[in-house]
Amino acid sequence: MLKLANLGILLVLMSLSFVVTSASGPKDVEPSVEGSAKADKLDVCVAPTPFMRRNHFELIKHQRDITVHQGIRLTDDSLAGCIDCHAGKDTHGHFVPVNAKGEFCAGCHEYTGVTFDCFTCHAAKPTKTGS
Amino acid sequence: MQKVDQKRRDFVSVAAKATAATVVAPGVFLQSVAQAAPRAEPVTDDVRYGLLIDTTKCADGCNDCVAACDQENGIDQLLKPEGASDALWEQQKPRWIRKVKVQDNLTGKQTDMPVMCQHCEHPPCVDVCPTGASFRREDGIVMVDRHTCIGCRYCMMACPYKARSFIHENVQSKTTVAPRGKGCVESCNLCVHRRDNGEKSTACQDACSEGAILFGDLKDPDSKISMALAEKSTVQLRADLKLNTGVRYSGI
Repeated sequence: MLKLANLGILLVLMSLSFVVTSASGPKDVEPSVEGSAKADKLDVCVAPTPFMRRNHFELIKHQRDITVHQGIRLTDDSLAGCIDCHAGKDTHGHFVPVNAKGEFCAGCHEYTGVTFDCFTCHAAKPTKTGS
Repeated sequence: MQKVDQKRRDFVSVAAKATAATVVAPGVFLQSVAQAAPRAEPVTDDVRYGLLIDTTKCADGCNDCVAACDQENGIDQLLKPEGASDALWEQQKPRWIRKVKVQDNLTGKQTDMPVMCQHCEHPPCVDVCPTGASFRREDGIVMVDRHTCIGCRYCMMACPYKARSFIHENVQSKTTVAPRGKGCVESCNLCVHRRDNGEKSTACQDACSEGAILFGDLKDPDSKISMALAEKSTVQLRADLKLNTGVRYSGI
């Protein structure tokens, strides 16, 4: 919890001190309320935070192949699971896309200058299953 | 004599009903969660999924299966690209199921039927795919791995059933169960998210009020679809191509 709070403060400081260019996330989105994501209420992610910061993309990439080709969906490493847990809500209680400026994914990726392509196809916030 | 407080009585009666409803609801919820456990083991070829379509029950002008498919897989959330004409959008709009009418020219008999990906055992789309994006899952579902699809559309040309669609423009509204983006090909995947979550039907089967669509495991002799196939006379579309399709039709 303490670590997540520290990360939050760090991100706020970063966004204040750097001019951040938004890559492709949705524009004009109301920011999420701090502490509104499921992850904010948990102590740890599926692995320790330092490991997740450096390796989350490896986990997701490995997972995508076994999900698409082998149909395995019950794992800790699914992108849908990441989004479900890390998407925050705005003041109206609506989910904010994780790739919107300053949100969970975009916050770090903008700072580090990493362009990522997940949300060209995948939903950036939890959606109903359709069925 | 003490006066009966009717308002209080009404309140108590409503409260009792409400309590009964909440007692029932968690039970139902728990059961549905128990049935729908996400898959933890790789799919195997012990099953082969398929559909049986009874064309005698398929009604002229009915579009329920197509609408249900569109809703299930987020196709109805796609918008006409800016500047495109209605005619162009009508041609290019993704379609996982097409309603087709065929006519016997000798007798004039018309038959309606839904045509979707036929989930061939020997799929031509997989043969021609240069990147391996088009593939056949162990359980018989033919699908596109959009992570490797380069959008060349060879598979669309190879498919004898016109089953595949191409996404021409960026997609604004996406669903979790059916990711979709510009530059990839897609087609019916037998509601693969439902398969992996342990559900027993497809959206089109659920939507067909006539019961014309039956989904099931072709390899299980006790499944409804296998029993129906053993009983009825059925055909594969373009059986001459020897693709051994997973979708069979009766009544044509």
